[in-house]
Amino acid sequence: MTSVDTAPTTSIERIAVAFVAALRQVGIDVPVGSALRYHEALSTIGVNSRTSVYWAGRATLVHDPEAIGIYDYVFAAFWEAKAVVLDTIGVIDEQEVMLAVEDEDADDDAEELGEETDLPVITLRYSRHELLGGKDFSDYDDAELDEAQRLMQRMAVVGGRRPSRRRVPTRHTGGRPDLARTVRRALRSGGEPIERRFTTHGDRLRRVVFLLDVSGSMETYARALARFVQAAVAGRRRVEVFTLGTRLTRVTRELSGRNPDRALTQATDAVQDWSGGTRLGESLRVFNDEWGQRGMARGATVVLLSDGWDRGAPEVMAEQMGRLHRIAHKVIWVNPLKASPGYEPLAQGMAAALPYVDRFIEGHCLDSLEVLAELLAEKGAPA
Amino acid sequence: MGFVEPENVEDVGAGLTAQGYFASEGLATAMFLAMSLRRPLFLEGEPGVGKTELAKSLATWTGGQLIRLQCYEGLDAAQAVYEWDYTRQLLHLRTAEASGRASSTAEGELEDELYDERFLVKRPLLQAVSEGHDVPPVLLIDEVDRADDEFEAFLLEVLSDYAVTVPEIGRFSADVPPRVIITSNRTRDVHDALKRRCLYHWVNHPDFELEVTIVASRTTGACETLVRQVAAAAEEFRSVGLYKPPGVAESIDWADALARLGATELTADTIQATLGAVLKYREDQERVTDNDMAALIQRVMARAG
Repeated sequence: MTSVDTAPTTSIERIAVAFVAALRQVGIDVPVGSALRYHEALSTIGVNSRTSVYWAGRATLVHDPEAIGIYDYVFAAFWEAKAVVLDTIGVIDEQEVMLAVEDEDADDDAEELGEETDLPVITLRYSRHELLGGKDFSDYDDAELDEAQRLMQRMAVVGGRRPSRRRVPTRHTGGRPDLARTVRRALRSGGEPIERRFTTHGDRLRRVVFLLDVSGSMETYARALARFVQAAVAGRRRVEVFTLGTRLTRVTRELSGRNPDRALTQATDAVQDWSGGTRLGESLRVFNDEWGQRGMARGATVVLLSDGWDRGAPEVMAEQMGRLHRIAHKVIWVNPLKASPGYEPLAQGMAAALPYVDRFIEGHCLDSLEVLAELLAEKGAPA
Repeated sequence: MGFVEPENVEDVGAGLTAQGYFASEGLATAMFLAMSLRRPLFLEGEPGVGKTELAKSLATWTGGQLIRLQCYEGLDAAQAVYEWDYTRQLLHLRTAEASGRASSTAEGELEDELYDERFLVKRPLLQAVSEGHDVPPVLLIDEVDRADDEFEAFLLEVLSDYAVTVPEIGRFSADVPPRVIITSNRTRDVHDALKRRCLYHWVNHPDFELEVTIVASRTTGACETLVRQVAAAAEEFRSVGLYKPPGVAESIDWADALARLGATELTADTIQATLGAVLKYREDQERVTDNDMAALIQRVMARAG
């Protein structure tokens, strides 16, 4: 690095650090390595031209297309000192109200649990499971939701396995010869390949994609189902989660932390239309366009958790479900309303989607989610 | 050393333009930074926006050898980094046995002979960091999202130190670090550890004028009117929410196809005849042909000017 002139270098350093701090403030995760690289980039390219400073930051600090918009805000605010824009950044935190509500909930839970821990724990859980097993999620109180979450975490939500292209050693003879191991064994016998080794196909977990409807009509169920999905994400890799509502939001990252409460609050923050209107078909279209068709849904098990109420045109729904069905391995629709006595899939969206659904199951209680977990694992029953 | 070392962003832009690759300013800046900071460049974007093409143009411009690693599921170290030539190793053992050396030589010594560099088959990643390159080679790791995540671990050492360790021999480390370009279509998220080691650029569809320039330079026999109309139509297609909006690659194919048919401008008939070159889904084609074609052509004409 050129150390001819220390003063400007220092000022570039300060600028870099301050800008990174501004980005972190609005929630962009900037690792130290990236910050260092940003400083290097600024030193190389100089801070004289607006565009090169802009692109230096884009190349070093942004690692996702989703972050570009926020970066642009912060950049404008930082370099052009636009007070108006700074206000807009504040608005990104507007979900704080929600966050406070969640905290209150958590406190309530803690208090109630505090009272109940006087009881012997095992009896409590056991009886709770019996009690909760068939109880409708919409009748849950907060403590029950909490208990249900613990039970969900114990359900092993594991996707089915599919053959992989990766090869693994096998004890069986036949298959493709494993030359590497054969040669190594041959060394022990003076170069004579007496013992031959083979490889076979490995297998790997099938990707599971959850599409969770968080629109108004689903509100009573969405929170419980979100906890189920969160348990699935925490349990293993190769799970993706999106929320459907007025728009599509990817929440895998928010749900992947080990702390379920924080993860849920974060996911609620990320989803701005929790309990908004419903445009299921349209959200599905966005999913197919942006993610599904490119490969995320290819060969995957796709699970829709929704009541099928859609304000959009049923043709859109049918078209998009058709697309999804053509690329996915299996489409499972979990509808909490299905359990209601005399339920008929009359909701237009639901009726339009049904021809493209491989399994249509209920999802209103713990027992039904256990059925879902078994379906995902693809044990026995053919789809 | 005598290889291309750009001094500023304009150098990169000009160098790539000379190879027929027209980079936007953002891409040129990212490329320049990647070259001067000696960091890999991680490119994500829609299919067909020229991610792979950038690596090819970079190689011809700098004169570096293009080493390409196409990723796919199940790609492992044997195909990406190195592999021992087992057949020759076995032959070597048999020869040693036939000449009676096998019984007289200690086992350890015989093993050392086997794991000699001459029995090593170098795959792209090792090639990029080992051979006596005078000019930095261009290492293209294409569609890294197609490989399974286990594979990313192989990349980490290569990308941070430009070195590969072969346990039986030792460490290969590049004299001239390769220029690395990694592309992804984002079918899944690549691990953060990998992204952190790279500079990142999201490649967008080019804007109208840039697309005209690109298509004009890549097609032969298409007149300017036609090229402008093709670019305008492609832009139009991208805005109507098709399953697979056309990339620049499709625009180029389309202009080529139209030129082959002797078309000088877009009409309802010529569009019908060549739509398969630009839209690859039946539903997409129907959406275009079922809608008001005359209105579409009118909008295209207005945009193309």
